[in-house]
Amino acid sequence: MSTAVQAAAAPVDERLLRTSPLRRVLGRPELGAVVGAVAVFVFFAFAADSFLRASSLSTVLYAASTIGIMAVPVALLMIGGEFDLSAGVLVTTSALVSSMFSYQMTANVWVGVGVSLLVTLAVGAFNGFMLTRTRLPSFIITLGTYLMLIGMNLGFTKLISDTVSTKTIADMEGFPEAKAVFASTLTVGGVNFKITILWWLLLIVVASWILLRTRVGNWIFAVGGNEAAARAVGVPVRATKIGLYMGVALAAWISGQHLLFSYDVVQSGEGVGNELIYIIAAVIGGCLITGGYGSAVGSAVGALIFGMTSKGIVFAEWEPDWFKFFLGAMLLLATLLNHWVRKRAEATK
Amino acid sequence: MTTATEPTAERTTGDAPLVELEQVSKYYGNVRALEGVSLQARAGEITCVLGDNGAGKSTLIKIISGLHGHDAGSFRIDGEETRLAGPRAALDRGIATVYQDLAVVPLMPVWRNFFLGSEPTKGRGPLRRMDVEFMRRTAHAELRRMGIDLRDVDQPIGTLSGGERQCVAIARAVYFGARVLVLDEPTAALGVKQSGVVLKYVAAARDAGLAVVFITHNPHHAYLVGDRFVLLKRGAMAGHHTRDGITLDELTRQMAGGDELDDLRHELERPEAAAPPVTADADEGRPRS
Ligand SMILES: Nc1ncnc2c1ncn2[C@@H]1O[C@H](COP(=O)(O)OP(=O)(O)OP(=O)(O)O)[C@@H](O)[C@H]1O
Ligand SMILES: [Mg+2]
Repeated sequence: MSTAVQAAAAPVDERLLRTSPLRRVLGRPELGAVVGAVAVFVFFAFAADSFLRASSLSTVLYAASTIGIMAVPVALLMIGGEFDLSAGVLVTTSALVSSMFSYQMTANVWVGVGVSLLVTLAVGAFNGFMLTRTRLPSFIITLGTYLMLIGMNLGFTKLISDTVSTKTIADMEGFPEAKAVFASTLTVGGVNFKITILWWLLLIVVASWILLRTRVGNWIFAVGGNEAAARAVGVPVRATKIGLYMGVALAAWISGQHLLFSYDVVQSGEGVGNELIYIIAAVIGGCLITGGYGSAVGSAVGALIFGMTSKGIVFAEWEPDWFKFFLGAMLLLATLLNHWVRKRAEATK
Repeated sequence: MTTATEPTAERTTGDAPLVELEQVSKYYGNVRALEGVSLQARAGEITCVLGDNGAGKSTLIKIISGLHGHDAGSFRIDGEETRLAGPRAALDRGIATVYQDLAVVPLMPVWRNFFLGSEPTKGRGPLRRMDVEFMRRTAHAELRRMGIDLRDVDQPIGTLSGGERQCVAIARAVYFGARVLVLDEPTAALGVKQSGVVLKYVAAARDAGLAVVFITHNPHHAYLVGDRFVLLKRGAMAGHHTRDGITLDELTRQMAGGDELDDLRHELERPEAAAPPVTADADEGRPRS
């Protein structure tokens, strides 16, 4: 095809020196987070005697997984250049829909779980559709969704249950099976692990696969890095963005079902503020807040830092209030480190 | 990848130009960006579109590349009246565009940029994936063919020079079998040497049988490679010439606004005296060219 355009005998110079492994490592988006995670780990290993116990590590992993499940698609969305402020309360919405639909309409929880999936995906599609239609900033669109969901979570729950929490569904058909899928505990070598850790790993693997190896992954980087250029070469920008929001919704559904089947009732006011934690995990994990750069694995490391810090403070028997301080400091440090690393990587090209 | 779009110089060297605009107009709300502009792009020819800033050059190519629809006039591809649904539709008809400013995604590696939007895949079902090895190898080979020898196709394309980026964009258009190559001021931000490199590949694309639409506001660059020249001025046609019909000097003069330039020269050639004279005799006694 292209044989026709021949450059006038380009002098072949073999400058193909393999880039040094160090530079390759420095170029990874998750480097800052990994360094931070090691530092936090070492810190709490010394500060809290019980931190290194297998049971403690499993607690840390559980805390990390509940954040990580959401941080993965939120990171992909951020790479695609957008935010989702409704992600935290959408988890609660998903749990509420599942619980209340099952309770009111049927005798089997799986029906509610299925309806919840549809409703949650519809909210994600709504976010994406509004964004691509109106071209308003995603900050505004999802802030609107966030507020509407908070209102609906409380409003519908009070309307249907007369209180702010749902009625228990623990005695309903299908509950044990659903609990096994979304909220069971697995014992490996004498240590108990929550099944959310498996969901989290699965999401990391699938998201990394999509991002690094598929066409869609290429499109995600492109719509976040330069939307106009992506559109001009024929990338389906709208579909990509709507798909990213639906990915967040899918993870919100998994998280929501976990929430429901862990406790069998749902508090309708939950989830507010979590959206920022997901974003923080993604940013600590090396996602560029302006889009076009980042990784799913990075967001997982960000979530791990989050889990280690929140539980480490408890193991060290400190005032838990310090947790927020740690998280803030971590966010600043990680962002600075990422910034510095990227500058270095680009300078030494 | 690309299927129905191999360069078919034989088929189209006949009468119908690959792309033809006739009396095309375009309005942005109440802004008249283009009015009654005509243009033909034929295989193996370079059609230059010249005009000042804001003359409507970019608007013209956005119509050809499917980003905007036209509001009046007719737009034909292969002699057939067309309205493109979007950039993808233009690409499918073999029209590839290299934009002034939105050619690439700076933070993405070169190889990902090279195949963006048309990534080759292998495997099926959920295992369907980009053929990364092929993409890297091909991007490297195609760029080397154009004289850009990258140390690393993994480097972000934003770290290449402006000329190299333009060449990457041209190389990818040619690789994907474009029949019509539209270039929006590819030499605008480049130095002399880099412009030369880009112009060489513009000519190479023409020799490969592509129809090239080359937008520029530099008449020297246009005259080096162009076969036809369309002059735009404030959204309207200010002239249409073939290479035989015009000299570089005349092209430069018309492009710069001809008489307006003479007036400008008068204005700028103020006497060296300290106080700028306001009387009419200021012009007298000075050498005129
Ligand atoms: N989206 C838009 N909305 C309103 N007016 C526009 C829009 N795009 C372009 N214009 C106007 O249309 C006219 C032509 O613009 P265009 O970008 O085509 O010029 P150009 O010849 O490419 O200029 P340059 O040499 O600076 O690139 C200008 O007056 C510009 O202000
Ligand atoms: Mg322009």
